[in-house]
Amino acid sequence: MSRSSMTLGRYLVLGVVTLTSAFGDTLLAIGMKRVGPVSLAHPGALLAALGTPWVFAGVLLLLVFFASYLTALSWADLTFVLPATSLAYVGIAFLSKFWLHEQISIARWLGIGLITAGVGFVTRGPAYTPRDSTTPALRGTVQEGL
Amino acid sequence: MNLSSGAVIAAMIGAIVLTATAGDVLIASAMRTVGDLDQIKAARGFPGAVWAVLSEGRFLAGACCMALSFFSLLFSLSHADVSLIAPAAGSLTFVSNAVAAKWLLHENVDRRRWLAAVFVCCGVALLKR
Repeated sequence: MSRSSMTLGRYLVLGVVTLTSAFGDTLLAIGMKRVGPVSLAHPGALLAALGTPWVFAGVLLLLVFFASYLTALSWADLTFVLPATSLAYVGIAFLSKFWLHEQISIARWLGIGLITAGVGFVTRGPAYTPRDSTTPALRGTVQEGL
Repeated sequence: MNLSSGAVIAAMIGAIVLTATAGDVLIASAMRTVGDLDQIKAARGFPGAVWAVLSEGRFLAGACCMALSFFSLLFSLSHADVSLIAPAAGSLTFVSNAVAAKWLLHENVDRRRWLAAVFVCCGVALLKR
């Protein structure tokens, strides 16, 4: 499979990046609000915050996000992956409305429209800037095979 | 020191953007060097794919920058509203990443990608108003 061709599986990976980022950030925001202000004099409090349930759950989701993000970057450009997964911000807005019961203003709807348009732009183009058809980490394997 | 002043919050946002951009660029560069993880997994299995990533120095440097960015974000969130920090840092990171990807990673950032970066940047800024 070419590094620039997008398959259903690859779109699913981008979907996982989007969803885990949205839920992870929302859980972190809830957790840090509950922890309260952290002083520069006590940076250890940031580590202690990792032990709270909301922050811990957020970190777990962000680990899944990171693994899928790495996978996406192995077959797509950074300037493709970042806008393509920016629907996470739209997800956060909807989570804020339906979970945290915040209002979505007209400006927010406009923001959602702009992000969706940006995602539309980038996903209609090529995913990868081609340079070398061989997967670099497998070159040794290929040479050994020859 | 007043940690809620505008200059300090701007510095916090700057720290998040700088470390996030450095992390993204280093990790993207590492993954470009490693190659397609699907192919590596098929040839060497899951442990082989994990090793291919972890043995890449730029990945480790990028992960350190990401960790710095994460703790900068946590620190900032405890001093300022998420509705200020998240859109400011998020939107600026899109533009800084597009510039860094063009000049440092030599990605083909064509008009479509610039438009996407600018649209998403403006969208993120509007989203949390």
